[in-house]
Amino acid sequence: MDKFEKLTGVAAPMPMINVDTDMIIPKQFLKTIKRSGLGKNLFDEMRFDDEGRERPDFVLNRPQYRNAEILVTGDNFGCGSSREHAPWALLDFGIRCIVAPGFADIFFNNCFKNGILPVVLPQAQVDMLMKDAEKGANARMTVDLDAQTITTSDGEVIGFEVDAFKKHCLLEGLDDIGLTLEKAAAIESFEARAAAERPWV
Amino acid sequence: MSPKTLYDKIWDAHLAHQAEDGTCLLYIDRHLVHEVTSPQAFEGLRMAGRKVHAPDKTIAVPDHNVPTTPGREDPANMTEDSAIQVAALDRNARDFGIHYYPVSDIRQGIVHIVGPEQGWTLPGMTVVCGDSHTATHGAFGALAHGIGTSEVEHVLATQTLIQRKAKNMKVEITGRLAPGVTAKDITLAVIGRTGTAGGTGHVIEYCGEAIRDLSMEGRMTVCNMAIEGGARAGLIAPDEKTFEYVKGRPHAPKGAQWEAALAWWKTLYTDDGAHFDKVVTIAAEDIEPVVTWGTSPEDVLPISARVPGPGDFTGGKVEAAKRSLEYMGLEPGTPLTDIKVDTVFIGSCTNGRIEDLRAVAEVVKGRKIAEGMRAMIVPGSGLVREQAEVEGLAEIFTEAGFEWRLAGCSMCLAMNPDQLAPGERCASTSNRNFEGRQGRGGRTHLMSPAMAAAAAITGRLTDVRELM
Ligand code: SF4
Repeated sequence: MDKFEKLTGVAAPMPMINVDTDMIIPKQFLKTIKRSGLGKNLFDEMRFDDEGRERPDFVLNRPQYRNAEILVTGDNFGCGSSREHAPWALLDFGIRCIVAPGFADIFFNNCFKNGILPVVLPQAQVDMLMKDAEKGANARMTVDLDAQTITTSDGEVIGFEVDAFKKHCLLEGLDDIGLTLEKAAAIESFEARAAAERPWV
Repeated sequence: MSPKTLYDKIWDAHLAHQAEDGTCLLYIDRHLVHEVTSPQAFEGLRMAGRKVHAPDKTIAVPDHNVPTTPGREDPANMTEDSAIQVAALDRNARDFGIHYYPVSDIRQGIVHIVGPEQGWTLPGMTVVCGDSHTATHGAFGALAHGIGTSEVEHVLATQTLIQRKAKNMKVEITGRLAPGVTAKDITLAVIGRTGTAGGTGHVIEYCGEAIRDLSMEGRMTVCNMAIEGGARAGLIAPDEKTFEYVKGRPHAPKGAQWEAALAWWKTLYTDDGAHFDKVVTIAAEDIEPVVTWGTSPEDVLPISARVPGPGDFTGGKVEAAKRSLEYMGLEPGTPLTDIKVDTVFIGSCTNGRIEDLRAVAEVVKGRKIAEGMRAMIVPGSGLVREQAEVEGLAEIFTEAGFEWRLAGCSMCLAMNPDQLAPGERCASTSNRNFEGRQGRGGRTHLMSPAMAAAAAITGRLTDVRELM
């Protein structure tokens, strides 16, 4: 997994609530057995018309947002399925940070496992960042994970909260499985205990 | 000892490790695997030279992307990408030595139907699967939730999940349901009340007289959609009905082990005075047969209502409603019962079990589906299909004009050829009405099996009580 330390980039405004995983990556693109290559179908049904032509008014099709690395969006982003294809598609497109008033649980977790930072902020601050993002390609924001701040294009600084363990893993690009396997002894002793207490499992 | 909720008890019994910062390793008793969210996880294991930690606790079945038409045992009758995913699961199941039900096995079906049917799902367990509707298994008093593919790989390699404890939420349905009102109406009504983010960060325990009165299958329907309310898991305390359902299933404990298990299962309930962070109470008498009108499962209304307008909402929901109405092709103020449907889909892990099919048969028996209607019934497993044939339900369906399919997810997520065309309107017993969920441009109205059956007969959204 790639580390996430500090990111300065274009933020795309997407003021919609309840953006679900079917919108992020429709299921016809889940047929792959690989993780890569999904970016071209990110938000497919909003981004392209029935003939596969770009819809010019969709935010990521507008010239100033084609290289967006940050997404500012509405509440309950990522609701719906557990498909990790959603963060894979975002990442493959180049999105490394998503700012919203709230996220669906599974999606939120999946982001961290793929080097994407989801930032939860109160609606008023999201609204402010949304305005900033609407300024276009010059509105480069800076997200500093270590300092836990977002700096707007006008230099305004907003702090955010992040789980300490998740932050650590993201900063170091750590692989969860490796970390957990270091605790193999704890898992084994749990298994021995459980086998005695609940042998039918 | 301070009083605990059911969730607290299961959590405590599965805590394998707790770090100083509160990050926990939760031990997983059952890991269900399907062909769409697992290939990248197995690939990860291979690349790192890792094994599956507990193959005997890992069960695989292809369901999401398999055809539901005859001849599917032959990969030549699958689309190329389905065949690739199914072949990958075949190979992974063999290479890693996990339990497996291939498409040629009568026990194959939707993963959340197969688990309980085979007795893999038991009270007090932790159950995960790379599918958000894993919440279904909560009906047994098992802590069950969906995980992403990285977590699938993590569970395969370690049999644990990195977790933080969620909050406790109680959803109580008091009193008794009126005739014609079902488990599906309960679960939709709850989401209509709490919104799709109402349960975010929580595990829901459903309780109250109306929940106790439900069969195990009805309880599965309720828990199945906990995720649509934003909760990762939904739970119902096990009781005599649960034990009765589990007893004698192929992988349920037997003999002395059964007795030992039963003794523990009987301790699985929320203690008096246990703390819930959030409580929602709904009177069963207030629940009517409901349908969804929009593109979010929270867009729920009684069938007697009219299509709302954006002005009926506030905040971000105003824009969302505008978008939904446009996508759904609906005019505010239209009575819901005036909405014509083109297609009826009966199936999915929400409503693809035998009782669901019986409910459909009761409505359609001796009747024909509306002219021009496309209607299909996709049983949740090969065993459900067989049971329906034994009971004569299949005959009722085909005589009424339904297609009678093989088991799989089918048009619930429309990865295979079972799809809606743009603009096609569907009465569906599945769980998601998102834009494009059942096919690009397809329009989905969620409802109970009985309501979907009624729509198939009349050709429009219908209050099933008129046909009863
Ligand atoms: S039936 Fe639908 S919701 Fe259930 S597992 Fe299959 S795709 Fe998921």
